[in-house]
Amino acid sequence: MSDKIKNIDGITKESTEALIEETLAAYPEKGRKKRAPHLGANDQGSGSACVKSNKKTVPGVMSARGCAYAGAKGVVWGPIGDMVHVSHGPVGCGWYSWGTRRNLVSGINGVTQFAMQFTSDFQEKDIVYGGDKKLKTLLEEAKGLFPLAKGISVLSECPVGLIGDDINSVAKQSSKELELPIIPCNCEGFRGVSQSLGHHISNDTIRDYIIETREFAEPSSPYDIALIGDYNIGGDVWAAKSLLEEIGLNVKATWTGDGELEKIAATHQVKLNLIHCYRSMNYMCKVMEEKYGIPWLEFNFFGPTKIRQSLRAIAERFDDTIKENVERVIAKYDPIMQAIIDEYKPRLDGKKVMLLVGGLRPRHTIGAYEDLGMECVGSGYEFAHTDDYDRTASEMPNATVVYDDPSEYEFEKFAHALKPDLIGSGIKEKYVFQKMGIPFRQMHSWDYSGPYHAYQGFEIFARDVDMAVNSPTWKLVKAPF
Amino acid sequence: MRQIAIYGKGGIGKSTTTQNTVAGLASIGKKVMIVGCDPKADSTRLILHAKAQNTVMDLVRELGTVEDLELEEVMKVGYGDVKCVESGGPEPGVGCAGRGVITAINFLEENGAYTPDLDFVFYDVLGDVVCGGFAMPIREGKAEEIYIVTSGEMMAMYAANNISKGILKYASSGKVRLGGLICNSRNTDREDELIEALARKLGTQMIYFVPRDNQVQRAELRRMTVIEYSPEHKQAQEYRALAQKINDNKMLVVPTPLEMEELEELLMEFGIMEVEDETIVGKAEGAA
Repeated sequence: MSDKIKNIDGITKESTEALIEETLAAYPEKGRKKRAPHLGANDQGSGSACVKSNKKTVPGVMSARGCAYAGAKGVVWGPIGDMVHVSHGPVGCGWYSWGTRRNLVSGINGVTQFAMQFTSDFQEKDIVYGGDKKLKTLLEEAKGLFPLAKGISVLSECPVGLIGDDINSVAKQSSKELELPIIPCNCEGFRGVSQSLGHHISNDTIRDYIIETREFAEPSSPYDIALIGDYNIGGDVWAAKSLLEEIGLNVKATWTGDGELEKIAATHQVKLNLIHCYRSMNYMCKVMEEKYGIPWLEFNFFGPTKIRQSLRAIAERFDDTIKENVERVIAKYDPIMQAIIDEYKPRLDGKKVMLLVGGLRPRHTIGAYEDLGMECVGSGYEFAHTDDYDRTASEMPNATVVYDDPSEYEFEKFAHALKPDLIGSGIKEKYVFQKMGIPFRQMHSWDYSGPYHAYQGFEIFARDVDMAVNSPTWKLVKAPF
Repeated sequence: MRQIAIYGKGGIGKSTTTQNTVAGLASIGKKVMIVGCDPKADSTRLILHAKAQNTVMDLVRELGTVEDLELEEVMKVGYGDVKCVESGGPEPGVGCAGRGVITAINFLEENGAYTPDLDFVFYDVLGDVVCGGFAMPIREGKAEEIYIVTSGEMMAMYAANNISKGILKYASSGKVRLGGLICNSRNTDREDELIEALARKLGTQMIYFVPRDNQVQRAELRRMTVIEYSPEHKQAQEYRALAQKINDNKMLVVPTPLEMEELEELLMEFGIMEVEDETIVGKAEGAA
């Protein structure tokens, strides 16, 4: 392992621990005690988490987390394009989660895809008298207006869970009457500590209502796979899918980016599940493994180094045809990737990046930055669990700071100390750091760009990172503080 | 596994009746779990000999989230190997007790509390089906059998009829059925006949008439069921008989709740309510 340990000049376990100590010193005792286990110095060789995670956010500090509804609507269910997704409750949750994640979808809006805002728009009377009847009417109307929709998901907002409306019973009855899959998802926002529980609840509903309810029309082949945990942000699914097809695999279903309900429902027939976002979909991979004996494999399509490793690991699960294809494809793209690196690396070499994203990218994208000569000096997640941090240890350079669900204060403090050349995080962080004069990219939505996955995505990623880091703007502005 | 919900007017003796019945079932070798669905959390004290057990919501409040809770922390085993859980919830006037019930039952399901070795699960539910939360125990996939505890007093019967209306709503869309009325006697006149008449009108049966006996209170002072306190006593025999009846019961119906007028007629017939004299309505005592 020791040859794999990567150190960064000026960063030691002691310096990182001193930084954490100094940061925590600003807190009152109780807050300090609670936050301390969530900040740590990475031990790259250990392969295990250096922080505690998946705990309730400490009151008083701003958190970048979302809620269970966000995890269900925005992450897992929303990207399925040929369904109507109903935000059940007051109008705000549906409105502000509409189209903001940039999970792209193919098809014709209103005909074959339904990326629109459906809500039951709860009023005072619906809280008092219950919203069951309104939901039933809404489902009838949705089916009437959009007869080609393949199904409807009902995503509970907080008040629905509070008044105890039985959406499961309405869904069951309406499903029978309308002859349409209607999936009730009890993902009230107050459940759990972050959006992560929403992912889990949604996986459970796929297990209970969807999987095994359809079959693929075409005969099966040994190369049938499903692409799991890719939500097609900025077109990621399309980039990943075409690469997987280029090595000879049949991508039978995509979960759930640009997803189709009936293909997801038939996924129990594939031979291998390839999972990108482990955090949000490991649950269903495990279900399919236990129930149907389908193995699953984690892979990483960010940057040529990781793509190469992942393609070879995927090839190991198949015969020589695929193995040969993989080598041929790697040989084809290597020079193209080298040309990209040759162009951008001279301008990015040695630059430092800090990350704070959701549940996967804080570890998965590190390799892509390293391909461009950059170093990750700090990383952390909004809602990861211990198994994610275990997987993070080997990806991050040794002794760099790891932060779980950090407060704005912690994140700023670390940035002040580590002086990164780029920060990759979300919309709420963006302007704070830009005002500090630090280049920034939104790494949830790819900042209106993308795709970043696969070979196709790396070129765009490299261009965007260069554009941010080396923009002449930063020489013209000076933070007033 | 049969899941049974017990409803009835507040103070009618639901918890006492439930725990004595459960003790009766345990004494004939049945494996039972009680889920108390009342913020007062007094549904398991006679089985556990405890003042109050740690409730699910107590611990959720302490730990901050329900995800950090372990089943062993909230499930206690008492007399006759009866498993006991209390949902708990806020003190009166704040928060949402109904959601407490939903949270607790979801927690039990997700954490595998409903083990296949159980013969019965009893939900002891606060009073009436006042909101969606208190209907949780009778949602699909949960209790399919309901017993209403009542007595010959007017308000208890009024409540029983109201509860039947709630059951009707859920029965029309799901599998829940009324199994019968349990008359917990208050020694009113012709009480058994009256409850039998009410049961007939509701389309159900009076499954058992539990006579009033102070032995119940004597046992409660020691936080015990009569069955455990004095197994030979005749009241213990009554509860064992009730338990056997429930065990054998096959009569599960969609209730036919009464209109207000129909219920009043029944009460008048039995002399509990006087015939209304419309001519005196709205007249003060002193007026001619």
